[in-house]
Amino acid sequence: MSIAELTTDDFRILLDRALQLQQADSDSRRPLRLDSLAGRAVITMFFEASTRTASSFQLAARRLGADVLHVAAEHSSVGKGESLQDTIQTLDAYDPAAIVVRHPRAGAVRDAARWSSAPVVNAGDGAHEHPTQALLDLTALRARLGEELAGLEVWIVGDVRHSRVARSGIQALQRAGCRVTVCGPPTLVPRGIEQMGCRVETSLARLGEADVVYALRMQHERMSGAYVPSLRDYAREFQITSTRLRPDQLVMHPGPVNRGVELAHDVVDAPQSLILEQVRAGLYARMAVLEHVTVGIDSEVLA
Amino acid sequence: MTAQLDHHAERSADVLLRNARLLDPASGVDARADLLVRGGTIAAIGDRLDVPAGTQVVDATGLHALPAFVDPHVHLRTPGREGDETIATGTASAAAGGYCAVLAQPNTEPVTDSTEVLRALQSRARAEAVVPTGFLAAVTLGQRGDELAEFGMLAAAGAAGFTDDGLPIRDANVLRRALQLQQLHGLPIALHEEDPALSAGGVMHEGAVSAAVGVAGIPSISESTMVARDALIAGHEGGHIHIQHVSAAESVAAIEHARQGGVRITAEVSPHHLTLTDEAARGLDPNYKMNPPVRSDTDRAALIEGLRRGVIDFIATDHAPHSPAKKQLPFEDAPFGIIGLECAFSVLYTDLVLPGVLDLELVVRGLSAGADVFGIARPRLVVDEPANIALVDLDGAWTVGEHGYHSRSSNCPWHGRELRGRVVVTIAAGSIVHREPLHAAAGGTA
Repeated sequence: MSIAELTTDDFRILLDRALQLQQADSDSRRPLRLDSLAGRAVITMFFEASTRTASSFQLAARRLGADVLHVAAEHSSVGKGESLQDTIQTLDAYDPAAIVVRHPRAGAVRDAARWSSAPVVNAGDGAHEHPTQALLDLTALRARLGEELAGLEVWIVGDVRHSRVARSGIQALQRAGCRVTVCGPPTLVPRGIEQMGCRVETSLARLGEADVVYALRMQHERMSGAYVPSLRDYAREFQITSTRLRPDQLVMHPGPVNRGVELAHDVVDAPQSLILEQVRAGLYARMAVLEHVTVGIDSEVLA
Repeated sequence: MTAQLDHHAERSADVLLRNARLLDPASGVDARADLLVRGGTIAAIGDRLDVPAGTQVVDATGLHALPAFVDPHVHLRTPGREGDETIATGTASAAAGGYCAVLAQPNTEPVTDSTEVLRALQSRARAEAVVPTGFLAAVTLGQRGDELAEFGMLAAAGAAGFTDDGLPIRDANVLRRALQLQQLHGLPIALHEEDPALSAGGVMHEGAVSAAVGVAGIPSISESTMVARDALIAGHEGGHIHIQHVSAAESVAAIEHARQGGVRITAEVSPHHLTLTDEAARGLDPNYKMNPPVRSDTDRAALIEGLRRGVIDFIATDHAPHSPAKKQLPFEDAPFGIIGLECAFSVLYTDLVLPGVLDLELVVRGLSAGADVFGIARPRLVVDEPANIALVDLDGAWTVGEHGYHSRSSNCPWHGRELRGRVVVTIAAGSIVHREPLHAAAGGTA
């Protein structure tokens, strides 16, 4: 449901399983396929658009042997005004192994869980949390740098205010022992966010201190007020370019990237970019989460 | 000018409260005594009073008899939203909470901006209100913020005051004209202070909690800038403005500053702003969503201090019912507002008096001082006064909402909490309007 509510044990179990699955998949010649959820259904109910997360969850569910049903709000009775409660109860009536929900409102996925007997997984609720993103981000980092991330300096740059990726990431990275700095224009870094434990910077002057630079998308669909005068004004101060980076600094982004806005074109495709590795890690992190909430994780099970 | 109050009067009470601890700080009353009500009037206060024939006797040993409470800020949702609350259910809620009078806000459907609507409401109150009920009228037609309502006619028809509550008066000139015309009727103009440009899209206090949970915040400056602006206008025009539901430390400071400068400015605070902070909303439960929002520890401390020092004049609940279908939406979508009449005294007693933050005397005063601001006769524990009494069991515990609510709605942030300070009997305008078993645990009889 959230990084905030994840116990220390579960946090570690999920991360280790995701990494284990990823390594098993790269070791074997055929794609990893488990049958933990054979004969069961996993329903993904998305009230908000998504490419990565939706496809990632669906593929993860299939790799666990489940039948997958995807419901997109714009093609459902939500357009007829059906309530969240009725929607979830309707889907729950199919006795799924799990329901994965993405919703544009903070807290809505936990509200949905109240009406479901099947476990509900949060695929993003408003600007509040995107816990599986944080888990996959850590998995990608561990796959690249090794299992221990303690002491790593991570900068999260961009529209923190509207970012559930940032909120889950700040918490998850700190729990993994990283030091987190958030950076962006004062209009996009909410006052008081330092009480989550991170440092706050309003310029890239000290970006050199970072081991990992995590860029956030400038979100058009969430910004109804004028938070920055223009994207080019933003880019001048905060765009991650190759001149602002050393080759040994890693670059991450949750996608989709606004090329030329938060990341310069060449940075997106550079060897120091983990972006595609994040996508790959997403499959394994979500397999781990689906296992965890349904049948439980058994590290012995690898086929 | 006294506000017109209407209700469906029941039989006048003939009751003796035996051996109660009488506490009416505003009247200098603090004594253990018998209190006799005859024909709805306080007939005698003394030791071992005789019991006239036909008089009920209530053994009030261990109980406190307080002047019943007055709430000038409640939403009865009538006309237009009777599914959320009616005059009957809202006033029953008030009676259960120890209240003997309430004033209803005009942000109804249609808005109470004409004598037609006002008279219809007064008529309904005569038919169904459990306690005396008055009605504020809008400052502007439809609360749209531009054309002034017919103050003179509304005042003559018994409006208790004027407010666009629920919305601010954005146009300074509209407020200015209203204050000038106030000289003709003398009724309070009550203000919901919010700058929509600053509060835009906000759903809770703008602070560390909103930053952490990812929802838009309503900054304190949304309220304090408008308080400051309106205080200056009131000072310039010599008018009386009443600041509703103060929530921010900066607002308290602005009110104090204005008053020191001679401005006729009064203010109220709610039980929730005195006892809750934005931490309560961290879990995104819409039962902690209200406007203005509950803010930080610093704000809460300033509100408590403001009440203690008299910068804030009285306590009002801003009882705002919403049916479950409407309130149980994701936090950002849910309507603002919580109910509070039934547990106001208990919340204040349990969370402020028992821990020693505020004296019981101050809370008791604060719960009826609104009467003075709105021209309602103040409830007093004095012989020959109409009986307006709240008999409370300070040690009595109860669980909020365990037997449901008298209100039609249940959007109560204290739902499920065990509180002390149980209201046992409420006498309003001389009639018993609420009665609980004296010993709730045993379910015994009074």
